[in-house]
Amino acid sequence: MSDSRLVSLFDNVMLPVLALAGSLLLFGGFVWLGGASPVEAWVLLFKGAFGDAFSWQNTLQRAAPLMLTALCVALPQRAGLMVIGGEGALVMGGLACAALPYAIELPSHVGGTFMVLVASALAGAAWIALAGVLREHRGVNETISSLLLGYLAIGVFKHLVEGPMRDPASLNKPSTLPLPEGMLLGLIPGQEVHWGLVIGAVACVLAGLWLFGSTHGFATRVVGGNARAARLVGLPSHRLIITACALGGAAAGLAGGIEVAAVHTAANASLIVGLGYTGILVSFVARHNPWVIVPVAILFGGFGAAGSLLQRRLDLPDASVLVLQGFAFVLILAAEAWRGRLGEWLSWRAASAAKSPVHETSRQRLQREALIALKNRKEAA
Amino acid sequence: MSVELGAELSAGWSLWGDVALAVLGGAIRVGTPFLFVSLGECLTEKSGRINLGLEGVLVLSAMAGFAGSLWTGSAWLGVLAAAAAGALLALLHGLLCSLPRVNDIATGIALMLLGAGLAFYLGKPLIQPQAAQLPALEWGAWSDSPQVQAALRINVLFPIGVALAVLMAWAFANTRWGLIVRMAGDSSDAARALGYSVNGVRIWATTVGGFLAGIGGASLSLHYPGSWNEGLSSGQGLIAVALVIFARWRPMACLGAALLFGGAGALGPALQSVGMGWGYHLFNAMPYALTLLILIWTCSPKRALQGAPMELGVSR
Repeated sequence: MSDSRLVSLFDNVMLPVLALAGSLLLFGGFVWLGGASPVEAWVLLFKGAFGDAFSWQNTLQRAAPLMLTALCVALPQRAGLMVIGGEGALVMGGLACAALPYAIELPSHVGGTFMVLVASALAGAAWIALAGVLREHRGVNETISSLLLGYLAIGVFKHLVEGPMRDPASLNKPSTLPLPEGMLLGLIPGQEVHWGLVIGAVACVLAGLWLFGSTHGFATRVVGGNARAARLVGLPSHRLIITACALGGAAAGLAGGIEVAAVHTAANASLIVGLGYTGILVSFVARHNPWVIVPVAILFGGFGAAGSLLQRRLDLPDASVLVLQGFAFVLILAAEAWRGRLGEWLSWRAASAAKSPVHETSRQRLQREALIALKNRKEAA
Repeated sequence: MSVELGAELSAGWSLWGDVALAVLGGAIRVGTPFLFVSLGECLTEKSGRINLGLEGVLVLSAMAGFAGSLWTGSAWLGVLAAAAAGALLALLHGLLCSLPRVNDIATGIALMLLGAGLAFYLGKPLIQPQAAQLPALEWGAWSDSPQVQAALRINVLFPIGVALAVLMAWAFANTRWGLIVRMAGDSSDAARALGYSVNGVRIWATTVGGFLAGIGGASLSLHYPGSWNEGLSSGQGLIAVALVIFARWRPMACLGAALLFGGAGALGPALQSVGMGWGYHLFNAMPYALTLLILIWTCSPKRALQGAPMELGVSR
């Protein structure tokens, strides 16, 4: 029993931790090749992420949207679809959030905030559900279609923000009209972090409860495990898959809405910084488990926060965090290959300890089996 | 009156003629990277693997090509550097996917991130300078019209790409190597039964595919747009993946599809150049919309795609 717990601990905790440690090591080697001190880079990475109250605040601020965009990968993945278009859903969510005040009169208080966030979630949900529908009803590969939808979303976003929806007062940086003061998403009382963090964490917890604690979530996981088997036992696989896509898209759309309502106050190009792509990585590191997404998002939010410190102190390019993320992603996937190896090794050791420890060549084994067969035949005769 | 009308009409016609010419020229200019990446992806997919990481390959090789051309002063050495960088990143994809339980689509996404990260990191000092560019073939020299000359100023890599497409189509059908690659893609059991290492074949096909895609990257940074910046490639590598599906894994059809997508991509800038600024971003998004429509049109939930390698994840 303790063996199997050891194995699952190794597979689910040690492997990702080792992969992350390995990527930090690789990153150190990489900056060393560029002439910077790796130790200093590691220290700055930690300091910039979790060193003091200010960096914690920066880290948590960045973690909030990552939790939500990671859900956009994790939930469809649990239903068997690999959706990587979270960036598109985020952009659409941000656009919807900024666009709703153009369409209808909104109350300029929390009620209005609630309405723009719902609009952003709905826009994101529709965007990713579309990828699910195309997959289920037309057989279009969802990985490619969701990514193409993402580029389309950015095209539509830029067209509207720089054209029909442009605020004439935004000169250098085309933006939509800013949201009214009262509708902005405020800070958590006593903290320097906005409510988006709470929304993100709650969304992750709820998604986990849905996935692991409800019948509907269980059915979704069955579909994700084997869609044909699920259809054979009568589960509505198409509906479950599209629902999972819509839920994931809603999360990513919400991330866009929160970024607009809490950080940028209007929709503009600052929204398109690759939060959707980092979310893919976060979800993979968390092994598509919504509960694990929360700490992993904080970790990668921290790396993002440390990026500017690395840039300032060590004069590294701002893309150094991207390199670190790339290494982490590659190693996390490579670590998949070692999944279950500890269990195999333990059971092999147990089996070989039980039998005679003498090594047997294949020739000896054939001889032994032939002797046993001969003996059996004699006994039968 | 009628003279005026005629002049106006002919002005209108020449306007649309200009747009059509610009789109035609753009089809070749913008389509050349598509052609190389789609040929590379075609080879990879024929062997039974899908490499979404060609997007990262394209960015990294564009950077490497620009750096190579800048340092050696020779654009052709730049192309070589680009192809080598592309082959290296694709080799990593091939090796990673050969590990047990490692999914090729997820690896592709990871390499997309890694390739872009490495390119942006290493390419930071390359944003300002101007590197030696690839020569252009002046196929429009017979004409007096500067528009015609501009449209027919052909990327020297384009004829190479066309020759490569012909060569690949012939090699898939007629050579031992082509047969081995197709066998690895259609039935790994058959390949194993004949004593070929399926992983080995796929690693080679992916690496050579990355080499070809790398040439496409060089076309981006050394011909058109002809500089290095972080927005150089926005999804061309991924469009190429969809383009291979559209071309049904036939190299010659890849050529036609690349030109079609190049033309779609050139529409926005062409319209802007004649003063139609409206919807610039929407026209720029045309290739993505076109890809999506084509996928919706060609895919079917009921059967695998016609002509698809049997072992390919995307068609199952």
